[in-house]
Amino acid sequence: MVDIGAAEGIPPAEVEDVELYHAKSWVTKYVFCQDAKVIAIQYSITAISIGLVALVLSWLIRLQLAFPGTFSIVTPSNYYQFVTMHGMIMVIYLLTALFLGGFGNYLIPLMVGARDMVFPYVNMLSYWVYLLAVVVLVASFFAPGGPTGAGWTLYPPQAILEGTPGRQWGIILMLVSLILFIIGFTMGGLNYVVTVLQGRTRGMTMMRLPLTVWGIFTATILALLAFPALFVASVMMLFDRVLGTSFFMPAIVAAGEHLKYGGGSPILFQHLFWFFGHPEVYIVALPAFGIVSDLISVHSRKNIFGYRMMVWALVAIAVLSFIVWGHHMYISGMNPPFGFFFATSTLIIAVPTAIKVYNWVLTLWRGDIHLTVPMLFALGFIVTFVNGGITGLFLGNVIVDVPLSATMFVVAHFHMVMGIAPILVVFGGIYHWYPKITGRMLNERLGQIHFWITFLGAYLIYFPMHYLGFIGVPRRYYELGETAFVPASAATLNVAITAAALIVGAAQTVFFFNVIWSLYKGKLAGGNPWRAASLEWQTPETPPGHGNWGKELPVVYRWAYDYSVPGAGQDFLPQNQPPAIPAR
Amino acid sequence: MTESALTDSLEAPPRQGGWHGFAADWSSDQRAFKSATWGKAMIWIFLLSDTFIFSCFLLSYMTVRMSTTVPWPDPGKVFALTIAGREIPLILIAIMTFILISSSGTMAMAVNFGYRHDRVKSAVLMLATAAFGASFVGMQAFEWTHLILEGVRPWGNPWGAAQFGSCFFLITGFHGTHVTIGVIFLLITARKVLRGDFESGRRGFFTSRKGRYEIVETMGLYWHFVDLVWVFIFALFYLW
Ligand code: HEM
Ligand SMILES: [Cu+2]
Repeated sequence: MVDIGAAEGIPPAEVEDVELYHAKSWVTKYVFCQDAKVIAIQYSITAISIGLVALVLSWLIRLQLAFPGTFSIVTPSNYYQFVTMHGMIMVIYLLTALFLGGFGNYLIPLMVGARDMVFPYVNMLSYWVYLLAVVVLVASFFAPGGPTGAGWTLYPPQAILEGTPGRQWGIILMLVSLILFIIGFTMGGLNYVVTVLQGRTRGMTMMRLPLTVWGIFTATILALLAFPALFVASVMMLFDRVLGTSFFMPAIVAAGEHLKYGGGSPILFQHLFWFFGHPEVYIVALPAFGIVSDLISVHSRKNIFGYRMMVWALVAIAVLSFIVWGHHMYISGMNPPFGFFFATSTLIIAVPTAIKVYNWVLTLWRGDIHLTVPMLFALGFIVTFVNGGITGLFLGNVIVDVPLSATMFVVAHFHMVMGIAPILVVFGGIYHWYPKITGRMLNERLGQIHFWITFLGAYLIYFPMHYLGFIGVPRRYYELGETAFVPASAATLNVAITAAALIVGAAQTVFFFNVIWSLYKGKLAGGNPWRAASLEWQTPETPPGHGNWGKELPVVYRWAYDYSVPGAGQDFLPQNQPPAIPAR
Repeated sequence: MTESALTDSLEAPPRQGGWHGFAADWSSDQRAFKSATWGKAMIWIFLLSDTFIFSCFLLSYMTVRMSTTVPWPDPGKVFALTIAGREIPLILIAIMTFILISSSGTMAMAVNFGYRHDRVKSAVLMLATAAFGASFVGMQAFEWTHLILEGVRPWGNPWGAAQFGSCFFLITGFHGTHVTIGVIFLLITARKVLRGDFESGRRGFFTSRKGRYEIVETMGLYWHFVDLVWVFIFALFYLW
């Protein structure tokens, strides 16, 4: 082979090849393992397991809303505890951990052509601290008084006052668990960022990275800068609760008695929380954006439309997401110019977001669309995300938000945009990469059944909620009782929603059955079943071995999207295939 | 800790300076920061994240200082020590600040000697830095005791707003923890330098990776950061 690499300007290796830690025993190979691929699977299994708890909690919430008072296990306090834990687990312990710890760990080293993360030992610690955080979280279910019922936003003063369920231990354990999560995440997050910045293989420039890596990378940076605010808020609230300080506590008279608190600022907590909280939405959305871009490109055999724009849109969204947090606080009261500012910045985010949606659609345009299961989920994502994004534009305006905030409309909005949409991508991603991870395909038929029930079911659950919100059904209410402005038909609708929620939840067993069954009985996949161009499909072994690449690191000659290139023999050109004719 | 030192490859193309160089680095392969090894890139990003933590703490302190309706105690009086019958405001803090800033000097020298493979000087300077750091923490402990004896608690104090004590213990405590962690790692690194781990390529106990003298610099970056943060705490908490 002629040395076209040199002609193309592939520079010499700048970094020595890493020396990896080689596991000596079963324990260091599978338990305290430093291999990012194993850590990824540990992260994923833990996150999905705790996510199942949150799913069951959502059933209990829905059962109460449909049949108020029928189920003795859902008392009013339990209801609030379930809602709180459901929200917190779904957002942080499931989605954040799964996208960054799970997908990030598995895909980053493979996609950038590295042997592992840059600091595997720290990476391993990250998982164990995360597991500890999950254990502390679970412990709060068994603590006296149960888990906290303060709502996932944990707003003070009520979060730590008498009368809120779980104020004895629940809130303390919740805060400790969050602090641990952040410490654990930081260890992993530093690894992901440095691996992308400094650990790429020869020829892999930033602008040749698959968009999946870009999505996870930008999301990790967001997380490293947003979690500090939550960390600080948690520490200070822990002080308020345990030591009786008043960071967030104003003077309060409860039952005619002056509490010992005074002088603090509850609004300060809201600022800190949402300075974290809004970027958090994008921490789960940006990896989803990235993954979906790759799924769409691979399964429609076309290069992604406007790669550069896609990258810059990710970066723009990431930057803007730090200056919009106030839109969660319109009803807390704010100076009108601030309302104006936050509404404007919120609406501006729609621009890069719309660019992404257009580019996905244009990638599909006249593509050779294969309706494989990952593709179905990717298409489902686009529809759902657009849907949730548009209601987001409504809520971004102060005047629309004020009446709709704290109603079911908001619940419908955020589930569409950051609940269902990313979950669809998680599934799409698993169907797509499962063959690489296990060497076997997931069953197609079962996958299709899973997709259609989940996708249509999600719409049956959340579409009616928009309407409920419009007629004023409030969120976080144990029961509606006799409320003049809510028609009786709302109760019927609630029953229907609950039925859909139970079915969707139960349908996930199809997925789990598929995952386990295919592990043993699935069709053998080979190294590159989707004929994809990005680097993770070009490993010498499937599943990739320790160190990923065998003796030599791959050299990259092109971007990850050379599909259906005119004149090329194959319909795709792997990133590490040297150009026959100096192309592009 | 890191395996990423530059190879002395002569083939590497010369690098441009200025904005062109900046753009060239970012559009190049393998590494975006051409002169930074993995460990150094990581500590910088960690420090950026930590900056956000300290900023949030300090902003929260300013917010509660403004939100409370009770007058704020006068730091000039609270942090005064009576020496030889005269009350000198902020004297202890001034000494602590001086010590911490001096320790940045010894740290910088340790880094320099480390890169020159002068193991003994580097280790001794690191030990000196650790000693400065430990005495800083010691004086902080003295100050805490002093204030606690005068009745300052996280939830209240004899002179005014309760938030004074809350912020004081929280922020100086969090910073002091940073210093303490720094001291521990300085001792560990000094031991490694003395033993010649970075010459012999001895592997780390936990990571089983070879270390390089660059670790001394990584340590230094952390230390300077902790110093810099102190300057802000000093200005915003003690002088305001
Ligand atoms: C099986 C699918 C799901 C169902 C049926 C479901 C249902 C619900 C219900 C009924 C509520 C309570 C609304 C209220 O009365 O306030 C709720 C709250 C919430 N859900 Fe879900 N949910 C699901 C999945 C998710 C996912 C994937 C996320 C991830 C982002 C999520 C995040 C939240 C959050 C943040 C809250 C707010 C909790 C609070 O008010 O403190 N949910 N969900
Ligand atoms: Cu937001």
